[in-house]
Amino acid sequence: MSTAKPAAGTAAHSVVEPSATSKRVAATLVILYAVITMVPLAWIFLTSIKSPPDSISYPPKLLFTPSLEGYCNLFTTRTRQTPEYIAALPPPENTCDAVTRERNMVIAGPSNFLPRFVNSLIIAFGSTFLAVGLGTLAAYGFSRFKVPLADDLLFFILSTRMMPPIAVAIPIFLMYRELGLSDTAIGMMLLYTAVNVSLAVWLLKGFIDEIPREYEEAAMIDGYTRLQAFRKVVLPQATTGIAATAIFCLIFAWNEYAFASLLTSGSAQTAPPFIPTIIGEGGQDWPAVAAGTTIFLVPILVFTILLRKQLLRGITFGAVRK
Amino acid sequence: MNSSHQTFAEKASRLATEAAVRATPEPLAKRVRGFSDRAIAWLFIAPTIALLLAINIFPLFWAIYLSFTNYRANRPNAEVRNIGLSNYSRILNDPDIWASMQTTAHFVFWTILLQTVIGFGLAYLIDRKFRGHAFWTTLILIPMMLSPAVVGNFWRFLYEPQIGLFAYAVSFLTGIPTSDIQMLGSVQLAPWAIVIVDTWMWTPYVMLICLAGLRSIPDYIYEAAEVDRASPWRQFWSITVPMALPFIMLAVLFRGIENFKMFDMVNLLTGGGPGSTTEVASIALKRDAFEAWATGRSSAFAIVLFVAVFGLANIYVKALNRVKQR
Repeated sequence: MSTAKPAAGTAAHSVVEPSATSKRVAATLVILYAVITMVPLAWIFLTSIKSPPDSISYPPKLLFTPSLEGYCNLFTTRTRQTPEYIAALPPPENTCDAVTRERNMVIAGPSNFLPRFVNSLIIAFGSTFLAVGLGTLAAYGFSRFKVPLADDLLFFILSTRMMPPIAVAIPIFLMYRELGLSDTAIGMMLLYTAVNVSLAVWLLKGFIDEIPREYEEAAMIDGYTRLQAFRKVVLPQATTGIAATAIFCLIFAWNEYAFASLLTSGSAQTAPPFIPTIIGEGGQDWPAVAAGTTIFLVPILVFTILLRKQLLRGITFGAVRK
Repeated sequence: MNSSHQTFAEKASRLATEAAVRATPEPLAKRVRGFSDRAIAWLFIAPTIALLLAINIFPLFWAIYLSFTNYRANRPNAEVRNIGLSNYSRILNDPDIWASMQTTAHFVFWTILLQTVIGFGLAYLIDRKFRGHAFWTTLILIPMMLSPAVVGNFWRFLYEPQIGLFAYAVSFLTGIPTSDIQMLGSVQLAPWAIVIVDTWMWTPYVMLICLAGLRSIPDYIYEAAEVDRASPWRQFWSITVPMALPFIMLAVLFRGIENFKMFDMVNLLTGGGPGSTTEVASIALKRDAFEAWATGRSSAFAIVLFVAVFGLANIYVKALNRVKQR
């Protein structure tokens, strides 16, 4: 840690090498904060495996019998039937059938959750692919060549992210209505690509700047063209950076709500505007909402853990690299 | 077709080029086959610029044009008249718009204050490098990666006065009856409800940037201070804070821009209510544009907002650069 140790007595209490007590106090406070901050997330998961009566009991229940009703309700629509009708049915085919019948209901069909979730997947992955592809090319261009007005162009690319989404949505809404792109996956993909490409260019330019130019120049002396050198030398070197950038773009597109809620309503609607609309009989079906939220959040949890080393760079547009 | 001939020709030309390159390595770019560097630069950058022109710049100019008209998106066939600056004068004189600006200012002020204090405090503690700090840091970072809309929506459940966990916990600790903890229904509490959720989500963001700032301070400065027998308090205020300041300011800039634009979490949590107590600028804009369908007027409002973010961010970046140079 410290290269030069000054007088041994003073170093023991310095900021450089904290004392055991200060470490213990710090650990206690940080762990306390971490636990409190996890409570809402733990509550989402717990609610998703509660039965609806358990979920709305007071005081809030910590101990309960787990139930799959939330997940069943998330994926199905149900209709109420008379007990006689249900008694006359053949035995339930699966857990969801059984759970639903206990509430005097039968499954009428699939809900919209799965198609909305698939929309989220298609739009998020499609736009990420486009944004990272375009972003890698542009970042290489800005990194390696003298582009006239490069600083202005880069700032312009960044400034597109400063606009409030609703302000952007007004003309986009009109433009998409004219072009027939309203409520289409292509329209949403293009829009998210445009928003993400600014992040991608800034991040990737930082990553490519770190690859020494000499590598490509050596390859070009060996007879590669500039394009071959880009493909065979630069791209493999930039893999980590490209992957990190892709995950950031994916998370943005996955989480986005403002554009999705204003520009999609039916066939291209993504999960974020859909999940809040999940209702049961007599109000919001909280276990189903929690189930949808849990399924929606799990990929992000995985990505966050994968990304933790690059997180700082991503959230500051490469301004802080550590 | 003719692949062997082409390969041969290619080889010959490559050998020739290589010989030429070896003989005169400078200027490299002109000797190498394929596209010129200029063409490649253009080819690589053009698609991105084209996309941004189509999806960002063209709509922006359209919005500027609409802001001078009385256009209404729900009446596409009505006659569009140029009404000059009257949309702008209405926006700037409308007390509701100013109220929404004030709500935004309060929201931005309190969230940034809380997030900076808590975030910096956490970073300072994590920088004690206790055992397992990396694990707990990752755990703390999780909320900021989640969808503000989807998680904000679930906070409605946590805030329920009768059944929600938040009201229960507060009532358990303070003895205030849960029926008085109407976080989303009360005019006094609703602004704090959105501040709490935003602080919960984004404190890790400030923490992460502050942590980078603290780690950028070289050890020898503290060691020199130790030699001079500077008290820990003195060290904190004369070394830690000033040297981490550019990082703190950067975090404030990013949070400021993001929260000025705030829409998703507030829209799902309170929808601007009760009444218009939490109607931040983006929500007011959405109501004007997509509920009242006053497209021309709301375009003017959008332009005003954009100019405000852009102007404030520019002034702030100048100040940030001055601090960095000190």
